[in-house]
Amino acid sequence: MIELDDLHFAYPGQPPVLAGASMRLGPGERLSLTGPNGAGKSTLLRMILGLQRPTSGTVTIFDQARSREKDFHEVRRRIGLVFQDPDDQLFCPTVAEDVAFGPLNLGKTRDEALAVVEQTLTVLDLLHLRDRVTHKLSGGEKRLVTLATVLAMSPEVLLLDEPTNALDPKNAARLTEIIDALPLPILLVSHDPAFRERIAPCALELTEGRLVPV
Amino acid sequence: MTHILSNTTAALPGDGTRRGPGPIAALDPRVRVVSSVAYGIFVVALDNLVALTAALALSLTLLALSRLPPGRTLKRVAMVDGFILFMLALLPFTVPGDPIFTLWGYPASWQGLARAVQIGLTANAVVLALITLVGTMEPVTLGHALYRLRTPETLVHLLMFTIRYVEVLRQEYLRLRAAMKVRGFRPSTSWHSYRSFGYLVGMMMVRAIERSERLLGAMKCRGFSGRIVLLQDFRTTRADALFALVLTGAFAALLTLELTLR
Repeated sequence: MIELDDLHFAYPGQPPVLAGASMRLGPGERLSLTGPNGAGKSTLLRMILGLQRPTSGTVTIFDQARSREKDFHEVRRRIGLVFQDPDDQLFCPTVAEDVAFGPLNLGKTRDEALAVVEQTLTVLDLLHLRDRVTHKLSGGEKRLVTLATVLAMSPEVLLLDEPTNALDPKNAARLTEIIDALPLPILLVSHDPAFRERIAPCALELTEGRLVPV
Repeated sequence: MTHILSNTTAALPGDGTRRGPGPIAALDPRVRVVSSVAYGIFVVALDNLVALTAALALSLTLLALSRLPPGRTLKRVAMVDGFILFMLALLPFTVPGDPIFTLWGYPASWQGLARAVQIGLTANAVVLALITLVGTMEPVTLGHALYRLRTPETLVHLLMFTIRYVEVLRQEYLRLRAAMKVRGFRPSTSWHSYRSFGYLVGMMMVRAIERSERLLGAMKCRGFSGRIVLLQDFRTTRADALFALVLTGAFAALLTLELTLR
C-alpha cells in the first residue's frame, strides 16, 4: 500500500536526514519506525502524505507513483496521520466541530458529518467530550480526540507519530487498547519499547538516513 | 528588514548586529533612522517637479550605495505604488483646471495630472530612501536604534516581541495548515472553507494569548518588573558625520532647485 524507494532529503543548510531510505507497508501489516530524535522519522511520515517532497527517490502509494501536490489529494483522504503534538492538529473551537472537519472535507453533508461524529466518539467512548472546547482538554483527552478526528475519515492506513508521548499510564493503556483493536495497517513511530512491542513488533530503525530492520 | 517582503531569506539571520556590505551598512543605525525621517519630511515639503525628480535621483544614488539588488528593490517600491495607484489615476479627474481630454463626460485636467506626478515622485523617493537606509538594517538593530533615540520603551518592546514571535506564529500557522491538508482540506468558495479559516485564525489568536501569558510567567520567574534593559550601544564615526554633511548639502541643493524654479 505504501512503498518508499531510495528517498533522499536534507533540510537547507543541514546534513541529509534521509539518504536512500526505502520501505514498504502491505495490506494488514503493522510496522514501527525507531531512531534517535531528529533522525527524520516525522519527515518520512510527512513525505508519505506529500507535505514534504524528497529530493530524489519515489513515493508509491496505493500502487501509484506520487510526486505532485495533486497526486496527494487522494492519499490524504485515504491515509490518516496522527500528529506528534495534538495541539498541531486540533484547531476548531469544539471537539464535535473538529471531528466533523475531516468528513466535511470528504464531501459529506452536515447531517452525515454529525452522524459520523456521534458514531466515532461513541466507539472511542469519548461522547462526554463532544461539546468541550478543544484547547481546554487535558493532554490525554487531546490525544484521544486527535485519534477520533482521524478515524472519523475512515482511513485505510493509519500513521501514528509518537502517540504515547507525554501520556500518563492510564491514558497510554487506553490508547494502546483502542489502537490495538483497529483492523488497519499501521505505521507507528514511537520511542516507547513496550508500546511498539504491543502494537507493531516488526520494526525498522532509521539510522544515518537509511531504514534497517531491527 | 526588507526580507519581510520576500521569503527567500530567514527572518532573523545572525545575531542582529552583523553588518552588510556597502557604505550605508557601515553607518550608525541611529543616523540612518534620523536621516530617513528628515529626508521624508523634507521631500514631502517639496512641490517643484524638477526638485522632486532630483530627490528621486538622490534616492536612486542611495540605492546604488546600499548594494541592495536593484531589480528586486525597485519591484518592492512598485508594490507600494500599487496602494496609491487608484488615487493617482483619479486625481486628474478630481482636480479642476485646464482639460486635457474627456473620459465618459469627465474632463481630466493638467493641474490634476501634475499633482498626480508630484505625489507619485514624492512617494517613490521617500519609500526608496526608507528601504535603502532603514530597510537594510536587521530588525533587532532598528529596535535598538529606536530605543537609543528615546522612542517610548513600550513601543520598542512591542517591536522587539513582534520580531521575536512572528516566526513562531508563522510556524504554528504552517503546522495547523499541514494538519488541515492531511485531513483532506482544500480551500474553496464554501461556508465550510470560510468557517475553517476562521477557526484557524481564532485558534492561533487563542494560542498566542496563552503563549504570551506563559511567557509573562517565565519572565516574572526571572524577576521581571516591567523594564527590559537593552544593552546594545552605538557609536557615531567620521563616516556618519560625512554622511550627514553630504545629505545636508543635498537638501540645500534640492531647496535651491525648489526656490529658483518656482
